[in-house]
Order: sequence, then structure tokens, then C-alpha cells
Amino acid sequence: MTDATSNPEASGRTATGDPPLVRITGLRKSFDAVHALRGVDLTMAAGEVTALLGDNGAGKSTLVRCLTGVHPPDAGEIRFRGQPIKLNSPDEARRLGIETVYQTLGLIEDLQVWQNLYLNRELTAGFGPFQVLDKKSMISHSKEILSRLDVDVPNVRATVRRMSGGQRQSIAIARAANWGKTLVIMDEPTAALGVRETAAVEALIRRLRDSAVTVLLISHDMAQVLRVADTAYVLRRGQTVARRIVKDTTGDELVGLITGAIEGDTHG
Amino acid sequence: MAEAQAQAPGRFGGHLSVAAAARFAAPIGLVVVFIVFFIATPDFLTTDNISDLLVSASILLVLAMGQQMVVTVAGIDLSVGSNLPWSAAVLGYAYTHGWGLSVAVSLALLAGLAVGVVNGLLVSRLNMTDFIVTLGSLSVVSGFTLLLTSGNTVPVNSDFLRELAIDGIGPVRWFWVLAFLVAAVVGFVLFRTRTGTYLLSTGGNIDAARGAGIHVDRIRLIAYASSGLTCGIAAVLFVARTGGSDPSLQTDLLLSSIAAVVLGGSSLFGGKASVLGSVAGAVLLQSLINGFTLLGISQYYQPIAVGAVVLGAAFISRFQK
Repeated sequence: MTDATSNPEASGRTATGDPPLVRITGLRKSFDAVHALRGVDLTMAAGEVTALLGDNGAGKSTLVRCLTGVHPPDAGEIRFRGQPIKLNSPDEARRLGIETVYQTLGLIEDLQVWQNLYLNRELTAGFGPFQVLDKKSMISHSKEILSRLDVDVPNVRATVRRMSGGQRQSIAIARAANWGKTLVIMDEPTAALGVRETAAVEALIRRLRDSAVTVLLISHDMAQVLRVADTAYVLRRGQTVARRIVKDTTGDELVGLITGAIEGDTHG
Repeated sequence: MAEAQAQAPGRFGGHLSVAAAARFAAPIGLVVVFIVFFIATPDFLTTDNISDLLVSASILLVLAMGQQMVVTVAGIDLSVGSNLPWSAAVLGYAYTHGWGLSVAVSLALLAGLAVGVVNGLLVSRLNMTDFIVTLGSLSVVSGFTLLLTSGNTVPVNSDFLRELAIDGIGPVRWFWVLAFLVAAVVGFVLFRTRTGTYLLSTGGNIDAARGAGIHVDRIRLIAYASSGLTCGIAAVLFVARTGGSDPSLQTDLLLSSIAAVVLGGSSLFGGKASVLGSVAGAVLLQSLINGFTLLGISQYYQPIAVGAVVLGAAFISRFQK
């Protein structure tokens, strides 16, 4: 079971010869005396769901912020489609088609669903300083976006405030998936949801994968990881300690790797 | 404008009663006030009185539109209380120094805008608390005004301004036209442009707005600058109506401008705006003052009445989710 780590690119869905979508090697990041990342290696194959596991403080959030341009890393390399990239702002990550769904979701409650889907990407008609919002197009496209992903939001003209937790999560994911053409990062997307809503969000994640979007899923729910992920990475104290092919592992093993009850594969 | 209102968030009914009363506090209050004054005195609902009432309301309405912009981004502009007399004093100073009316009016608009821009920079760039910033500039600007005028009222004898205050196109007074234009522009910007969406987003959830890549600093600056500019416009109307600039007057317009916006159903926590509501709120407050004057009630009761209405609106808005 442990041999998977020796050759990370041998498995997954990547066609032979294609570079993985994202390949992170030796990533380090410190905040003053705190070494948040002490050498992280991680490879995301295109079109796969990669799970990122780890206890609180293991460095998951810092890794995500390095990937989304919020924190530039101190050392190490991020390769995107084989090319080394330096992300200095969230805008740059966004331009590469990397979108993130944070736990806070980033929705504006008093705006309508379609306004949230098009937030800061509004369609306009007119020219120069006389740009008027093209509401008709945005509303009809919003309906398409949501129905394509089979998201259950009956009225795109309702405000987000009126939506349930699951609907909000789905809207945030749909927004990220719609603009994140290459990679969608989700930070504990079902942490606050009930059983049925969790199932709906997991189905949504599977549909994303089926439409060739790469997903990085941060989750504390081992059962969920086993249900939706293809590959799982475990971080402990700022380091990658294991990589597992999900269909070849168990929840107990993943939990043991997270807590340290099971030694990792990589040197500490 | 009607369309702008239709786009006000949260219009999908359902919760009637108190929540609806909160949203429509201003129009409902306006109707009630009109009925009460109509019964109380035959002088209220006359063409002449309503015409004059709306002219007085125009000044408050223009101020309320600026306040609406700031409240939309979850801010508050307390400096309008001294920015209006300041802009009026600049107009009076420039005019009495023989710089011509167009220059004087332009300078008044610029003076108002400048105060708004400084407020906006302090709030957005230096991240200072809006309440303290505008409270501070309220005092600083009133000092500037006293220095400029030595505390004296400056008469402005301009035929153009006099006609602006008295005349109009047939029964439609120029003040109404100007107030309508300001409200139309604010409604258009808020509900028809990207900037409007950013204003509502910044007020609704500043972290989410920033996360979406919206330049929230710039958006907040725009809001405060707009409020400053409307103070300049209101100052021109004020000078036109009173024939001069009085440095010590009109601090009650500050409370009224905030009250009009709150009555109109906008949330002081930001993210919700209703231009038509604020218009109704401004007319409502002016109607109260007008009716009290007609009934011969001592003007000492006016601040009590206005304050009571504001407290009532604040109470009702608790039920607004």
C-alpha cells in the first residue's frame, strides 16, 4: 500500500506524458517563528479529486493560501501544467482559472443569486463610462450554470439570505466551478451541512470531476474522502507525510496517518 | 427610478405585517402624515403649500441621496452637518469677491467634494472608524467655515439663484428637477452599474467583496466623495433658497439626512439601499416640519417630533431581517 508514494505520477488519470495540473515540491512558508509549511510535496492530476487531510495546524490552510496567491511561499516550487509559476495575488491565481470556496463562502447575502454568481464579473452593455448591467443575460446564464450542475435553487432572483446552508454552499461551488476552469479548491465544503445537503454537495463535486474540473478538497470527514476523492494527501506539522490512492486505503489508515499513530512514508 | 426600486434586494414578500411595515415605513408614514395634517388644517393640502414643501424637501433629499451612498457601504457621514454650511460659505465668499456665479458654484461643489474625498481617504486608506472620522471632520470643517466667514452671514444677491429657487417649468419647480436628477443618478448608479453592485457588496460583506477582487477601498472612497458632492449641490440650493450663507445654521439637516435613509428602509449595517424609500423619508420629515409650522406648534417641538420619528423607525427596523 505504501509503494504509491514512490512514484506519484504512475497512477491517477493523467495520461502518460501529460504533466500533472499542479505539482508542488518542497514548499516552505514561515510566519515569523512559526514554520507553517516545512516542505510540502503534492501533485494534483488533471480531472481528479485530490483530498488534503491533516489535523488543525497541519498547514492545510497555509498551503491553500500559497496556491491561491494570498501568501507567496518562502521556498519551493509550484508548477502549473508543467510551468513553474509565482503567484503574488489572488487575481493572478484567478487568471489561471484557480478558484477557491472558503468556509465563509464569500457570498453577499443581500444580493440575489445571479448577482453573486457574477460578482465582479458582471456582464455589461454599452460603451465607455456608460456601461449598464446586462441583467437579462446574467439571469438567464445563471439559470443555465445552476441547471448544468443540477443545483437546486428554484429562483435565481431570490436573495442568498433566503437560501439554506446547502443551497449557499452549492451556489458558492457553482460560482467557483463556473469561473475556475482548471482548479477548484474547497475548504471543508460540508462542515456545516446536514446529511441530505452533504449528499447533494458531494454529488456536485462528482459532477465537477465528470466535467473535467480538477478539485482539491479539504475535509475532516474520512467517509467523505473515501466517497468522492481519487487521491489523498496527508499533512502533519507542515510536511507531506503520505499519499494514498483512495480506493486502496481505509478510513482508519488515513486517521492514523493524520494523528501520527501510523508513521508516514516520508522522512520527518 | 421605479425600476431601481424594483431591484432593491429582499423585495420578495412573504413576511407581511411588521417586516413589511419596516420596509415601507417611509411611504406609509408619508400617507399618515398627509392625512393627519389634511384633517388638522385646510392650509396643508393646497397646491402652493405642497409646492413649497417639496422645494424645502429638495435640499434634504439631495443630502439624503449622498447619505444613502455612504450608508450603502455600511458607513455613516456625520460631516454633512458642517459640510453644507461650509460649501455655502465658499459660494458666498467667492461670489462676494466678484469671481462670478459659475466660478462660485463650481467652487462650492468642489469644496463639498473635497471634504467627502478626505473623509473617504481616511476611512478607506487609513482604515479609521467612519463614525470618528466624520465626527472629527464635522468639527474641523465647521471651524474652517467660521474662519472663512468670521462667523458672519454672507448675502448672495444673484438673480439666477433667486430664479432657481422660485421659478420652474410651468408648475414644476427647478428644485424638484435638480433633486429628481440627483436621485435618478444615485438610483442608476446603485442598481444599474457595476459600481452599484460593488457598493452593495462592500456594504453587505466587505470580506467577501474583497475576496471577489473588488477594490473595496476605492468603492468606499466613491461613496464618501459622492456624499461630499451632494453636500455641495445642497449648499447651492440652500443659498438659492435663503439668499445667503449662514455659517451657524442647519445642523438639523445632519440628523434628518440619516433619518430619511433609515426611514426609507436602508440598513445602517449596509448592503441594502432603497432610493425611493429615502426620497419618501426626506419628504416625510419635511412634511412634519411644514405641518407643525402651519398648525402654529412651537418650533421647539420640531426636533422632538423628528427625533421621535427616527427612534420609531429604528424600533421598527429591528423587525426587518
